[in-house]
Amino acid sequence: MKSAGVICLSKWLINILTIALLTSCSMQSSPILFPKGPVTETERELLFLAVLIMLSVLVPVYLLTFWACWRYRASKNNCYRPQWHKDWRVELFIWAGPVIIIGIIGYLVVVYTYRLDPYRSLDNRANIFRVQVVAQNWKWLFIYPDQGVSVVNELAFPSHRPLSLEITSDTVLTSFMIPALGGQIYAMAGMKTRLNLESYKPGHFIGRNTQFSGRGFPKMAFDVYAMSPADFSQWLEKVKGAKKVLDVQQYQQLISSEKGHPVEYFSAVEPELFNRIIAKYTGKGRPLPLLKPDNLE
Amino acid sequence: MLGKLTFDALPFYSWVAMGGAAITVLAVVLAILAVTWLGKWRYLWSEWFTSLDHKRIGVMYIILALIMLVRGFIDAIMMRAQQAIALNEGGYLPPEHFEQIFTSHGTIMIFFMAMPFLTGLINVIVPQQLGTRDVAFPFMNSASLWLTAAGAGLVGISLVLGRFSTAGWTGYPPYSGIDYSPGVGVDYWIWALLVSGVGSTLTGINFITTILRCRAPGMELMKMPLFVWTAFCTSILMAFAFPALTVAAGLLGLDRTLGMHFFTNDLGGNMMNFANLLWIWGHPEVYILILPAFGIYSEVTATFSKKRLFGYRSLVYATAAIALLSFTVWLHHFFTMGSSPNINAVFGVATMIIAVPTGVKIFDWLFTMIRGRIVFHPSMLFTIGFIVTFVIGGITGVLLAIPPVDYLVHNTTFLVAHFHNMLIPGALFGYFAGVQYWFPKAFGFKLNQFWGKMVFCFWIVGFYLAFMPLYALGLLGMPRRLEQYTEPDWQPFLIVAAIGASFVLVGIFSVFMQFYISIRERNLNRDLTGDPWDGRTLEWATSSPPAPYNFAVIPEVNDIDAFWAMKQKGKAFLCHQHYDPIIMPKNTSAGVLVGLFGFLLGFACVWHIWWLALAGVFGLVVVITVRSSQEHSDKVITAQEIRETEQKRQAVLLSADKTVNNGSLV
Ligand code: HEM
Ligand SMILES: [Cu+2]
Repeated sequence: MKSAGVICLSKWLINILTIALLTSCSMQSSPILFPKGPVTETERELLFLAVLIMLSVLVPVYLLTFWACWRYRASKNNCYRPQWHKDWRVELFIWAGPVIIIGIIGYLVVVYTYRLDPYRSLDNRANIFRVQVVAQNWKWLFIYPDQGVSVVNELAFPSHRPLSLEITSDTVLTSFMIPALGGQIYAMAGMKTRLNLESYKPGHFIGRNTQFSGRGFPKMAFDVYAMSPADFSQWLEKVKGAKKVLDVQQYQQLISSEKGHPVEYFSAVEPELFNRIIAKYTGKGRPLPLLKPDNLE
Repeated sequence: MLGKLTFDALPFYSWVAMGGAAITVLAVVLAILAVTWLGKWRYLWSEWFTSLDHKRIGVMYIILALIMLVRGFIDAIMMRAQQAIALNEGGYLPPEHFEQIFTSHGTIMIFFMAMPFLTGLINVIVPQQLGTRDVAFPFMNSASLWLTAAGAGLVGISLVLGRFSTAGWTGYPPYSGIDYSPGVGVDYWIWALLVSGVGSTLTGINFITTILRCRAPGMELMKMPLFVWTAFCTSILMAFAFPALTVAAGLLGLDRTLGMHFFTNDLGGNMMNFANLLWIWGHPEVYILILPAFGIYSEVTATFSKKRLFGYRSLVYATAAIALLSFTVWLHHFFTMGSSPNINAVFGVATMIIAVPTGVKIFDWLFTMIRGRIVFHPSMLFTIGFIVTFVIGGITGVLLAIPPVDYLVHNTTFLVAHFHNMLIPGALFGYFAGVQYWFPKAFGFKLNQFWGKMVFCFWIVGFYLAFMPLYALGLLGMPRRLEQYTEPDWQPFLIVAAIGASFVLVGIFSVFMQFYISIRERNLNRDLTGDPWDGRTLEWATSSPPAPYNFAVIPEVNDIDAFWAMKQKGKAFLCHQHYDPIIMPKNTSAGVLVGLFGFLLGFACVWHIWWLALAGVFGLVVVITVRSSQEHSDKVITAQEIRETEQKRQAVLLSADKTVNNGSLV
């Protein structure tokens, strides 16, 4: 029938159009396709590998479908075998094909899931750069335990050292992600998750929360700077020059909900602040006082 | 007296809210006026609302689904319009509306569009394919329908009184807890799910029983049509998965209403327990949605390739394997919670294993087409469109099942594109194909094919335009549920997606246009034989529309394609000398009352109107007790009435040039 041919054709046209669109529009800005660090790069490698393997199903299915539609259309009366409904060779092929492909990808899953475990440290203890991350409404607080400073909505680190993040939330479930450097991980109140990232060279990236968390969610993004050692010391000086202390009182003010909080520097932090934030919800250790949560709706 | 319900609940706080409320109220008022003006209340009540006929219940389910499809789509196109212009605060929707809209869109599409649609199709067709006269529990069937409608009503009324949830269709705590979402929205969501969830569980139980106990003599399990098999697996999933949702939503309700701490941040609550429970239901749910569609594709492919289904056994085992495996993979929805690589690897591999039986099915359909005589009926077009589009969704699904890849694209529009890829060309196209295919069976005339093709063209083009860009946007790092953004690179893709949504709009328009044109031209397209497509399974043996009892004499089955075999042997349209009286359930208003009290109970619990909640429970208990202990809930259709009906059918068959065999000779 003619209309079927037309429809098949139009579908192909659309596919081609979409692909053209993808390449012409600026996919260049994709943090995932153009990674800036080894973690995303390996994750991308896995993505491409899996896509390639699966193209070996996609292409035969497409060819088979269009060929079958064309060759066995009713108007053509071709080789009609109404009783042909089983054939062990075909059955073997249609079970074995997917099994093999899934076998290969399954193997990749196991290998890469261990290799890309976000908790796995990327270097020895001495060289990693530690930052503690707290999700708030609707901003991110970064605590630098080794430098004794703290920053809102800006994450800077020396690019020659891998970043080792400890993450928690002082509000609802959120998800921390810097796509150019690696995948995401949830931030949950009363719990601590980890993420290890690394940047190839100095650069500026965007990080954000990807898990919807209320009205200010679209603005819950932050700048990430991987810096040369010299730039980083300079930046640290700037933070230390802020002369503001993030003590308990200041912290309790900070957590009230806001959209688009400006970058803010604290030259000193209450010791153990990160653990005391977690303790608010577990009740263990020395918890900070629990405030009445905000209405996020 | 009215609990939390005060004048503040009225939507006078914004134009968007007033608009939504006005349209809802207007639509209801217009519908009521129209029925009154046509004088059809009595007819609707006695022939439809109180009917226990599985075919009518099925049709009502599908009408509900179509109404909710429109409602859900209005939400969708509003979001698409917003995101197309929302660069740098350019949108027209304030966040609190955008949030309600994505939540109601997801909730409506899953619970009140897809679920009723597939339940309706199962209701109309499965008993006929089984060669039986009714479902196992007709009254329970009616109660399920009205409970589903009650749930939809709760979502609907939230537009007028109060607001709907903003927590997304998954309603994750602690955001959805009372601390962070003190409004009534989440309660509406919870009660809509609880009330309709009971309906779905009961439907599952009903069809498990029907399929196991009510088959025509000779129909062994391995001779059941594939749609029955998929309906069977879906029913099992419904009966076993929905309780998990009921528990999850119920515990969240306890947290919110009675101040408990199952999922709160503090005092020992743990939100990941909610995520576990939700997805222990949620993953089987996606197979609840898709398996019946797979069944429809199987029936359509065989019929319109004029060929026996290839690899029937493979298809059955694949279906059963999918149903079983679907309970073992739920953790893939939160690979990013920081679980160990052991756990993620196990669940990643388990998820992928499901791709094997799914792939097998695709090939079985293709080999059914090969060496057949393919007729491109609209339902077949949907099937072909499904095959080529679904493989893309399958591939992105496997990608999402690779934990490290999921770390990158979880919570982005890549995920949104993936699940729409499964839900639209996968599930919804199947339901549409089912409508194109079975409409003549339900109503006695065929649908206009030109408009059927229009439906297909606009939906498929619209789908590609609306969702392929979202895959790209996901790779650009765009999170889902985003009300506005600052990346100019995203906008072109979002504009294309909005154009795609307007194609879908024309597609939806075509759906209704097709009904309108077909009803207008019904006399040209009468299906006199009951078998318009030269079908293979037993539903085509009945008249179109079937008599209330479907089969005057229960058929004997001894082949997979039972009706096809009968036609081959010349035993298809038997005329019998002798008829036995048939006992059928009487109509009852109890089902409607169950729905009504369910609605009142839900509404009362949302607004803390406790006396009304008690009244609702009391009403439910009374109605169910009274109806269940009724002595005379059946009526008898006498042999005389049956003979008259059947003789009329034979006259019509003869007029359509079908030879009617005299039953006594055979
Ligand atoms: C008809 C065309 C459709 C369009 C244009 C559409 C569009 C959308 C959009 C724009 C979103 C929000 C995406 C985001 O969060 O960024 C969405 C979410 C969603 N859609 Fe659709 N949709 C359509 C059909 C469907 C259908 C048929 C179903 C189910 C059977 C469905 C189920 C969902 C679900 C479950 C969500 C997630 C809601 C949430 O985030 O809580 N959609 N859709
Ligand atoms: Cu799943």
